[in-house]
Amino acid sequence: MLDPTSNGLHSGEPPLLQTLGLTKRYGDFLANDAIDIDVWPRQIHALLGENGAGKSTLVKAIYGLIQPSAGEIRWQGERIVLSGPSEARRRGIGMVFQHFSLFDNLTVAENVALGLDGTESFKDMSARLEQVSKTYGLPLDPRREVWQLSVGERQRIEIVRALMQDPKFLILDEPTAVLTPQEADQLFIVLERLKAEDRAILYISHKLEEVKRLCDTATILRGGRKVETCNPRLETAASLARMMVGGEIKEVKAPAGRKTTVPRLVVNDLSLPPGEAHGVRLEHISFELKGGEILGIAGVAGNGQDELFAALSGERLSKDPGTVVIEGIAAGHLSITQRRKLGAAFVPEERLGHGTAPRMKLSENALLTGHAASGMVHHGFIDTAATLKTVDRATETFDVRKAKRDPEAASLSGGNLQKFIVGREILRNPAVLVVSQPTWGVDAGAAAVIRQALLDLATAGAAVLVTSQDLDELAEIADRIAVMFHGRLSAPLATSDATREKLGLLMGGSSLEPREAAHAVGA
Amino acid sequence: MELIEAIILAVLAASTPLLIAATGELVTERSGVLNLGVEGMMIVGAACGFAGAWFTGSVFIGALFGIVAGMLMSLVFALMALGLAVNQVATGLALTILGIGLSGLIGAGFVGERITPAVHLYIPGLTDIPLIGRVLFGEDGFVYFSIALIVGVWWFLYRTRAGLILRACGDNHVSAHALGYPVLRIRTFAVMFGGACAGLAGAYLPLAYTPFFIPGMTAGRGWIALALVVFASWRPGRLVVGAYLFGAVTILQLHAQGWGVGIPSQFMSALPYLATVIVLVLLSRARTGGSTAPAALGTVFVPDR
Repeated sequence: MLDPTSNGLHSGEPPLLQTLGLTKRYGDFLANDAIDIDVWPRQIHALLGENGAGKSTLVKAIYGLIQPSAGEIRWQGERIVLSGPSEARRRGIGMVFQHFSLFDNLTVAENVALGLDGTESFKDMSARLEQVSKTYGLPLDPRREVWQLSVGERQRIEIVRALMQDPKFLILDEPTAVLTPQEADQLFIVLERLKAEDRAILYISHKLEEVKRLCDTATILRGGRKVETCNPRLETAASLARMMVGGEIKEVKAPAGRKTTVPRLVVNDLSLPPGEAHGVRLEHISFELKGGEILGIAGVAGNGQDELFAALSGERLSKDPGTVVIEGIAAGHLSITQRRKLGAAFVPEERLGHGTAPRMKLSENALLTGHAASGMVHHGFIDTAATLKTVDRATETFDVRKAKRDPEAASLSGGNLQKFIVGREILRNPAVLVVSQPTWGVDAGAAAVIRQALLDLATAGAAVLVTSQDLDELAEIADRIAVMFHGRLSAPLATSDATREKLGLLMGGSSLEPREAAHAVGA
Repeated sequence: MELIEAIILAVLAASTPLLIAATGELVTERSGVLNLGVEGMMIVGAACGFAGAWFTGSVFIGALFGIVAGMLMSLVFALMALGLAVNQVATGLALTILGIGLSGLIGAGFVGERITPAVHLYIPGLTDIPLIGRVLFGEDGFVYFSIALIVGVWWFLYRTRAGLILRACGDNHVSAHALGYPVLRIRTFAVMFGGACAGLAGAYLPLAYTPFFIPGMTAGRGWIALALVVFASWRPGRLVVGAYLFGAVTILQLHAQGWGVGIPSQFMSALPYLATVIVLVLLSRARTGGSTAPAALGTVFVPDR
C-alpha cells in the first residue's frame, strides 16, 4: 500500500493544500512563525500542539478568517489569497469549528443555510440537507432549534453543513473534545469515508491515541513554529507528547500509603430544578466521599455538572439542608462562605469571571475566597501583607509564572492562572475540595503539576471531587468514577473497573445492566 | 357612533409614531444592537422634519428630512457603539440627551410657526362609509406606510436570506463572523434603518399629528417604542398589537380625564411600562427554553483580524 506520507510517492502531483512560510503576527507576538505544511488528497493530516502553539491561527488563515502577515497558501499548486471564509468555501475548503459556530435560536435548516452561499432556494437546500445527512448516516431534524439539541447533534449540524459544500479539504478543530467514545467512533467512520472519497482532512486534536489510530500524517507545532512532520502510527503517544511539549512531562505519581478515613462530603438524594433557561434538572444525586479519596465525575458537558457544582459550592441553595453534608454538618442551606468555614474549597471550571475576577490583582482574588477562613481580615480590615503572602506561597508551591509579584488575574496564561487558583484553595488545607475541569485548556506541564497537587491533597486526608471530561485524567487520579447524564449520577465504578466502553455507555445514557437496558427500550 | 369613530381615529394617529419607531428598533435589536437613543433620534427627526416642510411647503420632503436626520443621529451611535466598541447603553442614553438639546437648537426658530399638515386619503363612496370608512380609507399616508413597513420587515426577517443573516448576527456574532459575515457592517445598516424609522416617527408628530413644532414634543414616545419592542418579544406581529394597545392607552387616558374617571393620569401614562414588565414576567414563566431576546443583544463585538 502506498503511504501518502512518505515523501516522493506523489508522482509529481502538487499537494492539495500547501502553506509556505506562513506567518501571522499580532503586535510583537508571533502566533505563526514561517509554517510549511503539505496536505494531499486521501490524507487525514493531524495538527498537534499545546494551547497557544498556533494551531487555531494556522487553520483560521487557511479558512480565510485572518490574513497571514507573510508567507503564502497554495491550493492545488497555485498561490491563492483568500478574501474571507466564503471564498475558501467556494474553492472547496470547509471547516468544523471547535466552539461550534451555531445559532441557538435558529433551526437546523437555517443554521445550515447560513453556512452556504445562498445560491439555491431554501426548499432545495432543505431537501439536499436531508439527502446528505442520510448518505453519511448523520440524522438531523431540519426543523428543530439548536438549543434543543445535544452536543453530538450540534456537531452533526456542523459536519453536514461543511459536507453540503462538497469540500475537497475539510478542517476539524478538536471534533471529539465533547463527544462520548462511541460518538467519536461514529465520527471516525464518517472521516474514513470522506478520505475514501478523495478528500483531505486536517485534524486538530489533543487526544494522541486517537491521532495514532486515525491519522496518516502529523504536523507538530510548538510556540508558533513547526517542529516536526511525522507518521503518528510509527510514534508512541509519549514521543508525540514530547515533541509537543519540547521535553519530558513529569509523570504524575499516586503517593503510596493513601488511607480512606471518615466521610467528609456526603450528598443525599439531591434534586434541584434548572436555574436558567438552558439548564439541567438535577435528579436524586447521592454519593459519599471519604477523606483520602478522589471521586471523578465524567460525562459530556452540559449534563448537569455545572448545576451540581453550584449546588455543592452553595451558589445555589437547597431547601433541604441534609442534601449536602460537609464534615458531618448538614450544609445544603448554607452560603458559600459558611461552607468554606466548614473546610470546603471550590475551584469552578471557568477561570476568568468565575474562579477569579479578571481585572483584580491576584492578592485581591486570594482574599475573595479566603477572607472567611484564612486570617486575611482583622476586624473588618484587610491584612494586605497576609494576602500577598498567600500569593507568594501559591506562586512558589505551584510554580506560577507571572511578570510581577501581584499582577491582574487576566494577565496570566491559562495554565498559570489555573495553578494559582488551585494553589490558593489547596493552601487553605481544605477538608473537602470540589474542582471542576481542573486542567481544561491547560498545557501539559501545568496539568501534571495540578494533578499531582490533587493527589497529594488526598494523601494528606482531604476528600477531593473532580469533574472532568477528560477520561484519561480521571483514570490517572481518581479512585472511583461516576458518570453524569441528564442530571443523574451513575453509581461510582472503581477506576480499575471503569473501562472506556463502560464509561462511554454511561455517558451516552445507557445502563450497564442488561435488564434495565431492556426496560428502557420497552418504555 | 361618532364618538367611537373619533376614538379609533385618534388611537390610530397616536399609535402610528410608536409603530414606526418600534419597527426600526426591532430591526436594530434583532441584529444584536441595543440603541436606547430612540427618543433622541425621534425628537431631532421632529425638528428637522418640521423645518423641511416649513421651507419647502411639502410634507413629503419634510418626512425625508426627518428620515435623513434620524439616520445621521444613528450614524453617530454606530460610530461610537460599533466602530469604537463603546458600551451601547451609555452611548444610547448620550444620544437621547444630545438629541433633545440639538432639537431645541434646530427648532428654536420654528416655535409658533404652522404648516399645512399631511393630507388624508379621500375616496368618494368608500371614505363615506359610516364608522369604518374614515378609519380604513381616510388616513394620512404615514398610517398606511407604517403598516406596509411592519409587513415588509416581517417578510424581510423571516422570508429573505438577508433577514436570516441579520437574525444570525443578533443571535451569535462570533459564529456569524466565523462563517464570514461582516457583522459590524450588517449591524451598521440595521442601526441606520432604526434611525431612519425613528426620524420618520418623530417627523410624523409635527407633520401630521399636530401642525406645529414644540420642543420636547415626542414626550417619551421613544421610550415607549423601546418598551414596545420588549413587550412584543422581538416579533413583528406582536409589535403591531402592542403599538395599537399602547396607543389606545394614551387616548384612553385623555378621555378618562374628560369623563372624570378617578384614575390619576400619571398612572395611565405609566401603563405601557407596567404592561411591559408584566409581559416580561409572563414570558420568562412561559419559556421552556431558548431565549426570546436576541442572544447577543447589547454586547460589544470586536472582530479579530
